[in-house]
Amino acid sequence: MTDNSTTATATDPGAVEPGPPAHPPTGVAPNTGVTVSPVQSSRSRMIERTIGILALVGTIATVWLGIWVTPPDQHQGDLVRLVYIHPGVAWVALYLAFGLAAVSSLLYLWPRTRSLFWDRLAAAAVEVGVVFNVCTLVSGSIWGKPTWGVWWAWDARLTSTAVLLVLFLGYLALRRVPAEPEVRARRSAFVALFAAVDIPIIHFSVNWWNTLHQGATVLNANLSPKIHGSMAWTLLLGFVALTLVFVWMLLVRYRIGVLEDWLGANELDLALAERHSEGTGRLDGPADDRVGAA
Amino acid sequence: MWRDAALVAGKDLRIEGRSRVGLSQVAPFGIVALVLFAFALGPDRQLMTKGAPGLFWVAVLFCTVLAIQRSVSVESSDGAHDGLRLSGIDPAGLYLGKTVAVAAQLVVLELLLAVGVVLLYGARIEVPWMIVVSCLLGTIGLAATGTLYGALSSGLRVRETLLPFLLLPIAAPVLLAGTRIWQAAMAGGTPATGMQWLRLLVVFDAVYLVIGVVLFGPIQETA
Repeated sequence: MTDNSTTATATDPGAVEPGPPAHPPTGVAPNTGVTVSPVQSSRSRMIERTIGILALVGTIATVWLGIWVTPPDQHQGDLVRLVYIHPGVAWVALYLAFGLAAVSSLLYLWPRTRSLFWDRLAAAAVEVGVVFNVCTLVSGSIWGKPTWGVWWAWDARLTSTAVLLVLFLGYLALRRVPAEPEVRARRSAFVALFAAVDIPIIHFSVNWWNTLHQGATVLNANLSPKIHGSMAWTLLLGFVALTLVFVWMLLVRYRIGVLEDWLGANELDLALAERHSEGTGRLDGPADDRVGAA
Repeated sequence: MWRDAALVAGKDLRIEGRSRVGLSQVAPFGIVALVLFAFALGPDRQLMTKGAPGLFWVAVLFCTVLAIQRSVSVESSDGAHDGLRLSGIDPAGLYLGKTVAVAAQLVVLELLLAVGVVLLYGARIEVPWMIVVSCLLGTIGLAATGTLYGALSSGLRVRETLLPFLLLPIAAPVLLAGTRIWQAAMAGGTPATGMQWLRLLVVFDAVYLVIGVVLFGPIQETA
């Protein structure tokens, strides 16, 4: 393999230019047995961009409606505006992201649907989910301080959200351990599965542990019909916008995951090729090696 | 499967019997933890008595991590892990065997810690059977999850640091349930509330035992 890449670089040193997206398909890739092309197709790029723009527009619209258009609440005043963000973020973090992670981990473990696609999707979902989870806790705290008088209450919902965060931080920590992609995928999928199984048990135990608050949750209170007009629409828009933000981040993270795997598999060959081209460049003098080689 | 489980459990317990790592290192660590908790909470007797159930279970949880590390490291040298797989032992049996061995060691340890809690913290136990059942169920749960994660992390170079991080949040329901059952069974508690927590422990144990029995084979291949 090393010999091949040497010949490839001798004839075409431009092929080893660092930066994966600029990598030409005829360069090192055939020699290194890369199965996944790291270059994104223009169609998926367009989908990603469209969702990104929609997410941006939706978020801006939510902020605009939430801060300037909707009226302050009778009891909570301006604090109620957090409600346009907080439930949406929580929905993405607790249900969408982690649900997706659990399902794709399961699909990875299932022999018939085993594919690194599911593994990368699970990883992307967890990583984005963790970000949203932190946002949930932070926005909840900001709401909690003036409302409850404390930044943090050991309320059932808060506690299970925090435990969930810790569980999936563990998942991410495990993923950071260097390993072959397949080994890492299996390992992570198992951990995600064990965590997912634990979630209902944690949910029940934490509920029994502390049932002080939470008659009506923020979510239920605002979906009930007494909320009307601009507030309800803003809330709904917030959900849609945040879901779009999630999808966009998921797509980007997935693409980065593909590139990371590609780089992991080809890093050594790329570095070797680069060194070889350096060697050929030096013969012509101390000037820039690539110019010299050409 | 059962025969294999008995073989593996016997093997692990024999190793413990000869090396005494659990008895001479893990158990004293548990006692140290109890003493440190007492330092942290000050000499206020009431506070310690009130906190006794939780402190007991936290100490048990920490010791579980150590016991699992030990249970994994027993297999990690001299190709013992490969030897076990080559021996044709049923993965489910292997899982149950290792779980039983860890659980047996933890039960002994809990006995020690319970005596420590009663003596050092002045905890008064009113409903002994509930304490015993909670310890048994909690231990099975801890050993069942611990063995799973132990196997999963056995090949990792960062096992020592990663295992507690992965295992302890998963075991949170055991801590919650164990603590509540102890509170219910102690002087001033309401024993009736302990029952739903006992049921929760049963569910927790059953779920992870089933997962372990079904998935231990594939998990082993991962390591």
